[in-house]
Amino acid sequence: MSISTSIWVWIAALLTLMIYSFLYKENPFYRLAEHIFMGLSIGYSVVILWYNYILPRIYEPLFFPPHQWSLIFPILIGMMTFGIFSEKYNWLIKYPLAVYVAGYAGVQIPLQLQTMILRQAEASFLTPDKFTSLFSSFNALLIFAGLVTTLIYFYFSAKREHGLGGASQVGIIFIMIAFGAAFGYTVMARISLLIGRMQFLIQDWLGIM
Amino acid sequence: MKFWQRFLNLDRKWIFLGIGLVVIIPLLFPLRLPVKPSKPVIDLFNRIDTLGVDNGVVWVVTDFDPGTMPELMPMTMSVLRHCLTKGTPVVLHGGLWPAYIGMAKMAMDNIAVEFPDKKIGEDYVFLGYIPGVTAVILAIGIDIETTFGTDYYGVPYDSLPMMEGVKNYEDISIIVDISGTRSPEYWLMYGQQRYGVDVGVGCTAVSTPSYYTFLQSGQFVGMMGGLKGAAEYEELMERYGYPAGRRPATIGMDAQSFGHLLIVVLVILGNIGYFIVRRGERKVGIERRKE
Repeated sequence: MSISTSIWVWIAALLTLMIYSFLYKENPFYRLAEHIFMGLSIGYSVVILWYNYILPRIYEPLFFPPHQWSLIFPILIGMMTFGIFSEKYNWLIKYPLAVYVAGYAGVQIPLQLQTMILRQAEASFLTPDKFTSLFSSFNALLIFAGLVTTLIYFYFSAKREHGLGGASQVGIIFIMIAFGAAFGYTVMARISLLIGRMQFLIQDWLGIM
Repeated sequence: MKFWQRFLNLDRKWIFLGIGLVVIIPLLFPLRLPVKPSKPVIDLFNRIDTLGVDNGVVWVVTDFDPGTMPELMPMTMSVLRHCLTKGTPVVLHGGLWPAYIGMAKMAMDNIAVEFPDKKIGEDYVFLGYIPGVTAVILAIGIDIETTFGTDYYGVPYDSLPMMEGVKNYEDISIIVDISGTRSPEYWLMYGQQRYGVDVGVGCTAVSTPSYYTFLQSGQFVGMMGGLKGAAEYEELMERYGYPAGRRPATIGMDAQSFGHLLIVVLVILGNIGYFIVRRGERKVGIERRKE
């Protein structure tokens, strides 16, 4: 056992314990650690943006030769966003928003449709290559049945009768299984985070492992 | 009945204590439970393993922050070790959001210690954070040099020997997005769908179920899901004679298994208790109505 002599490891360990003290009850140590975390996260992001982007990509190209004067136009459009803070000039925000929404929608809509809907629908089709073995055939049929019955469950424009009711009941079983899997994976994620912190405390701080 | 009533009203602090113990004890006294690699992890490992020096660079992205580091840092380190041991040129991109660059820097520092003979700029390159998220992914498809300009340390792109001839996605063999966010979907939409580059993913356990659909459709080459996925990649590294480091994910899997076991037992007992107490309360209600 060799306890760490690094002051940073000690600070990290004490902050971890302060955060975990919330499990017993809310207390000033937890609040202090929470506020430090919030402040640090925001400050860190601002500094990274400043040194990685604003200085090398905006300030230096504008103010040092060869001056890239063309940068002024996107900067001006971007700065119009700050109009939101003024009652008199808040109409200015419409222009950067218009550019952003139009550009983003133009790029996103076709790609989203292709990636999230067409390719996914295509993958659920019962094509002959899905029936190469008993296991793959079963999988293909299961996925097809799950997709169709789940979609029927979310179809609200007809009464749940003439088979629609039964199919939607099957659909809800698939949905519940999906929720169960999601819950299991969420438990795994949360325990992983605890394991990570415990490994840090036991190994890096206390030097036991 | 009294026992079950007390069990259902158990103070949650006891559950926290139980979870804490089942996590700490296996870390102190590891059992080394076997880790069996699954198909999505094997697919990703094989894809990287079959790459040669001339197949283009492997582009590893660290889209995660310290909150998901226990799951995702072991994956990042394993993929980097894998590429560097094989001699595959690898680019580490410090993420699509500003808070993630620290994770990439931490991985880079570890790599510099583990591979002192590998030279930055020649064997691997570290590219910093550029704002824009989707715009960055699209811009890489046009020109990487214009998008980044320099590496993380300020070295001009044209002074990095490894990046000579690396212009856009055509020169990238695979994007491996290690992510605690929805960024793999962005890489799919703007990288894979728009430019046809292969995408592999390392994600948190929370995201894993939703990404299985992209595996099934063949849109992801492979996937490491959560700590388990990271442990499986470490297992494959060791099995094929690559350096696997201290195997932090594998060490954590004992604690993970016991943690899950305790939660399963608590869920079962909670359900049994709920039905017993409900039946008891119904009986009492019927007797009172008779009186």
